[in-house]
Amino acid sequence: MIHPFHHKHPDEPHEEGPLLRVEHIAIAFEKPVMKDASMTVRKGETVAVLGKSGTGKSVLLKLIVGLLHPDAGKIYYKDKEVTALDDLQLMSLRSEIGFLFQGAALFDSMTIGQNLDLFLVKHTDLNSEEREKKIVHALEMVQLENSIDQMPSELSGGMKKRAGLARSIVIEPEMMLYDEPTTGLDPVTSSSIAELIVTLQQRLGIASIVVTHDLPTAYTVADRAIVLNEGYVIFDGDMKDLQKSDDPFLREYLSASRLDRERHDKILAARERLHSSAPQPA
Amino acid sequence: MAENELSSEAVQASPEAESPMVARWASSLVLLGGLWMFAMQFVRTLARPPYEFKEIVRQLNAIGYRSLSLVIVVGIVIGAVLTMQSRPTMIKFGAQAYIPVMVAISVMRELSPVLISVILAGRVGAGIGAELGSMRASEQIDAMDVAALDPYKYLVFTRVVACMIALPVLTILADFVALIGSWIVEKLDAGISISYFIHSVVDGVEFSDYLPGVAKTIFFGFTIGIVGCFEGYNSKGGTEGVGRSATDAAVTSSLLIILLDVLFVKVTLMLWPT
Repeated sequence: MIHPFHHKHPDEPHEEGPLLRVEHIAIAFEKPVMKDASMTVRKGETVAVLGKSGTGKSVLLKLIVGLLHPDAGKIYYKDKEVTALDDLQLMSLRSEIGFLFQGAALFDSMTIGQNLDLFLVKHTDLNSEEREKKIVHALEMVQLENSIDQMPSELSGGMKKRAGLARSIVIEPEMMLYDEPTTGLDPVTSSSIAELIVTLQQRLGIASIVVTHDLPTAYTVADRAIVLNEGYVIFDGDMKDLQKSDDPFLREYLSASRLDRERHDKILAARERLHSSAPQPA
Repeated sequence: MAENELSSEAVQASPEAESPMVARWASSLVLLGGLWMFAMQFVRTLARPPYEFKEIVRQLNAIGYRSLSLVIVVGIVIGAVLTMQSRPTMIKFGAQAYIPVMVAISVMRELSPVLISVILAGRVGAGIGAELGSMRASEQIDAMDVAALDPYKYLVFTRVVACMIALPVLTILADFVALIGSWIVEKLDAGISISYFIHSVVDGVEFSDYLPGVAKTIFFGFTIGIVGCFEGYNSKGGTEGVGRSATDAAVTSSLLIILLDVLFVKVTLMLWPT
C-alpha cells in the first residue's frame, strides 16, 4: 500500500537515472518502523531525510548499506539490487559509499591518522607515502591536519565529527550518508559542520543523504527533502516547498522546530551564498 | 544484518512460551545456537587469508603480556599452598618424599590449566566482552562493516587466535612458577635442595602428565576468546549492555571451561589409562 501523501514514485522519469532507488521498503523490529517507504537519489544530489525520532531515518541508512535487511521491498544502487547481494558483493558496494555515523564511530585504539589509513590500506593499493598524502589532504579538507597524531578521546564532539567525515571521504566515495551530523553539537559547531558538508559536496560532487531532525542543517545542505512519518514517506520534494505543504503532521513538525518564516528565509539566503561561494568540483 | 549477529527476534525466543522456565530454556538454546554459529564463522575465517598479523601481535600483548604478573602470582601461590596443604597428610602416610612429584602432577594435569584459564576468563574474557560491547554501542563495529573492513576477521579472529596462543604459554609459565613456589615451601619446611626437587619431579612426571594439561588450554583459550567476542559483538542496550556483556562473558566462559574440563579429563584417561 502506498500512503496517500506519497506523491512521488521512484520510477518517475528523471533527466538522469537515479543513483539510488529505495522501493516500498518495510521493516519491523519489536514494532513496525517502516511500512512502505520509497525514495530516489540522483548523482550529485543532496537529500535530507527528516522526521521525528524513531521513524526509521537511521534505519533507512543502514538498509542502504546492507547493515540491515528489509522485511519487504528492494533497494538498488547503480542498478545493483543491494537487498540481494551476498557478503562479498556487499563489501565491494560499501567501498563506494561513505558513512558518517552519529557519534563519528572513530576507532578508539587508533590515532586519527591511523583511522584514515586503515580505510586506505583496505581499499587501495597505494604505498605508505601516497596514503599519507591522501590522509593529510582529507584532514586539510576538514581543517584537522594538526590532529593527525591525536587519539579520538582527545578531540571535541565537533572535531570527532570532522575526523569521521575525513575518514569517510578519504576513500573517495560516490555517495555519502550522514546520520545526524549535527546532533549533540552547539549551534555554532552545527553550522560549521553543515557548511563543511556543503563545501565537500561542491568540491567532490558526490550524492548525499543527510538524516537529521535539525531543520536549519537540512535547509543549509540539502536540495530535496524526504519526510518520514509512521512508516511512510509523507513528503518528497524541493526544500523550498517544505514550508508550503498542507500536510498536518508536517505543519506541526515545522512549527515544533520553531523555524518561522523570517528565520527560514535567512537560512535559505545564507545557503544560496554558501552554495555559490563553495568551490566547484575539479 | 551480518550472519554472525543474533537477530533481536532470535534472542527473544518463544515469546508465547508456556512458562518463564520454558522461555528461559528456549532463550538459552537460541544463545547456544548463536554461539555455535559464531564459532563456526571462526573456522570459515581461518580458511580466508590474509590474516591480521599486526593486530594478533597487539592482542597477544594485551591478552598475554599484560597477564604475566597475575599468572606468576597465582602460579607461585598454587604451588606453595598445595605443598603446605598436602605435607601433613603425606607425612602421615610416610610419603613426604613424593611431595614434589605429587605437586607437579597435580599442577600440570589440572590445577594450573583450569585455574589459570578460569582466572583469565575473568580478566581477558570480560575485557574482550566490554571492549567489543562498547565498540558495538558506539557503532565502531557498524563503521567497520560499512567500510568493508570485515569486523569479524579484524576484531574476533585476532582476539581468539591471541587467546589460543597466550593460554598455553601462560599455563607453562604457571606450571614453572608453581614448582618454584612448591620448592620454596619444601626448602623452608624440610630443607630440600633444588637438585633433589628437580630430580624428583623429572623422574616422576611423564609426558602424559604434561601434554594434555597444556593442550587443553588451547581449547580453553578458544572458549574465552569466542565467548568474550560473542557477548561483546552481540551486545545490545548501550552502556548497560556493555556491562552485561562483560559479566556474561566471564561467567559463561568460566562455566564452559569447567564443563569442557570434565570432557578433556575423560579423553585423557582414555588415551593414557595409567
